[in-house]
Amino acid sequence: MSRRTKERLINIAIDAVLTAVCLLMILPLVFLVSNAFKTPQEMLAWPPTIIPDDPTVRNFRAVLSDTPLLRWIGNSILFSLLSTVCILATSAITGYILGKFRYRVLNVFFAIILATAIVPFEVYMIPLYFQAKALGILNSTWGLLLGYLVMSFGIFLIRQNVIHSIPDELLEAARIDGAGEFWIFWRIVLPLLRGALGALGVLAFFQAWTAFAWPLIVATTRDSYTIEVGLALFQTGFTVDLGRLSAASAVVLIPSITLFVLLRRNFVQGVASTGLKE
Amino acid sequence: MFALLALLPTLAIFAFVRIYPIGDTLRLSLHKWDILSKNKPFIGFANFEELASDPLFREALLNTTIIAFGVLLITIPLALVLAALIYHRTRSRLAGFYEAAIFIPHVVSLVPAAMAWKWIFDARLGPLNALLTSVGFAPRSWLFDPVLSVLCVIVLCSWQALGYAVIIYLVGFKSLPTSLYEAAELDGASAPQRFWHLSVPLLKPITLYVSVVTLVSGFNVYAQAFVLASDAQGAPGRQVRVLVLDMLENSFRNYRVGYAASEAVVLLGIVLILTLVQFRMLREKGRS
Repeated sequence: MSRRTKERLINIAIDAVLTAVCLLMILPLVFLVSNAFKTPQEMLAWPPTIIPDDPTVRNFRAVLSDTPLLRWIGNSILFSLLSTVCILATSAITGYILGKFRYRVLNVFFAIILATAIVPFEVYMIPLYFQAKALGILNSTWGLLLGYLVMSFGIFLIRQNVIHSIPDELLEAARIDGAGEFWIFWRIVLPLLRGALGALGVLAFFQAWTAFAWPLIVATTRDSYTIEVGLALFQTGFTVDLGRLSAASAVVLIPSITLFVLLRRNFVQGVASTGLKE
Repeated sequence: MFALLALLPTLAIFAFVRIYPIGDTLRLSLHKWDILSKNKPFIGFANFEELASDPLFREALLNTTIIAFGVLLITIPLALVLAALIYHRTRSRLAGFYEAAIFIPHVVSLVPAAMAWKWIFDARLGPLNALLTSVGFAPRSWLFDPVLSVLCVIVLCSWQALGYAVIIYLVGFKSLPTSLYEAAELDGASAPQRFWHLSVPLLKPITLYVSVVTLVSGFNVYAQAFVLASDAQGAPGRQVRVLVLDMLENSFRNYRVGYAASEAVVLLGIVLILTLVQFRMLREKGRS
């Protein structure tokens, strides 16, 4: 056997293994979506069908009449968008200043930000809950937002980007031309950070969209649930069957998968850059 | 001047939503506070002493540790091999599909993803038991048995963590010096040998990083255990007791906030130790 045929055979074998693994990885999600369209009888079928024999939207109708599903989705979208905006704003300006200005006190701030990044949210969310309670913002979007206003990693990411992609000369030239600091930030720095901010925005949005423990304790009225909390508590009800749960889950899943497919590069870039911390 | 003014809002938010509550956790852990009562007497380390002999806390700590290390043991070797294979096929048209398919479980919302697995593990309706019985094994009640339900949480968490680890390893593979590999190939080293003797040692810092991230998120596990182990049919599902669950129960069901705070401090301690280990190992690597 020639070297080239051997190589080709190995590549085919690798492709076969990888394809099998990939299919296994997405199979649970495929079944979830397909179950949403099945009748109770068909859900019991073995082997399970991927394309339902007799697709029905009954599960979806039942969920929409059982729960304020659309309201929960609305809550989640609002909360995630506001959180993304806050995180992008605070990260952009703080990251820029920590990256380009030389005051000794800035090192202290940066050290504090990095140090708090190590502390998991779960560690301090109970005291934070009492702060939200004192402010009277439980069961509201503002209460949810309180936990997701800033992101240490976001500040870090933008700072790295500022250091690597914004030359000092550019800023100096603008200053010599008499540009104000705010103008420089708005007109020169922000446009150059577009890529990094895009990646961070996707991360921030999904961080809020998939948040669980914090919304679970902050939003305790049925109308204030986020979709994750609503879904999780809905499944503990007395009359819920797997068909309805699958339908509700599919409603949540399909938009996030679509978004992922569209923004895949930003996702991968965002995650990949978290690996380059050191 | 501009710099400090522009920093002010972020710093204020940081102080209010990060630094103050972290400080409060530390303070409360040394106090007895039962929400209902107004005063919070200082009791030193009494909360921690009580934790040491609390059977529920011990169960939570044990389960959480098993889950964290279980996910680690499944994820790291699998991710390393998969990343090597995907890297080998970087130039193929399928590479993008591989990356995306393995990564998807990491980005989909947690609760629906857990629902998918809940169906798989379901004792009566689930394909796992159907598969087992069709090949002659006895079906099991996966989500009710205390040992098996922990296993189910590990499977779910590993499925979600895998994509993240693969992406990070891919970044690692792309940064490796190709010259070393060419030299090894000229010396007649086979691909598995190059993987084992070159990639694995060279990627050690990445392995360390992914391990710490995986362990830390394993110790914070909550939603997965919550969704998998609470029963859909209203029967009192057997909870997989994890640290965060125990913490929330202590503060919101038993109204013992000080006690819950001391649990949070234990969690923080574990995370800090893991992070320190990572820094220490990286520094040693830098020296050698």
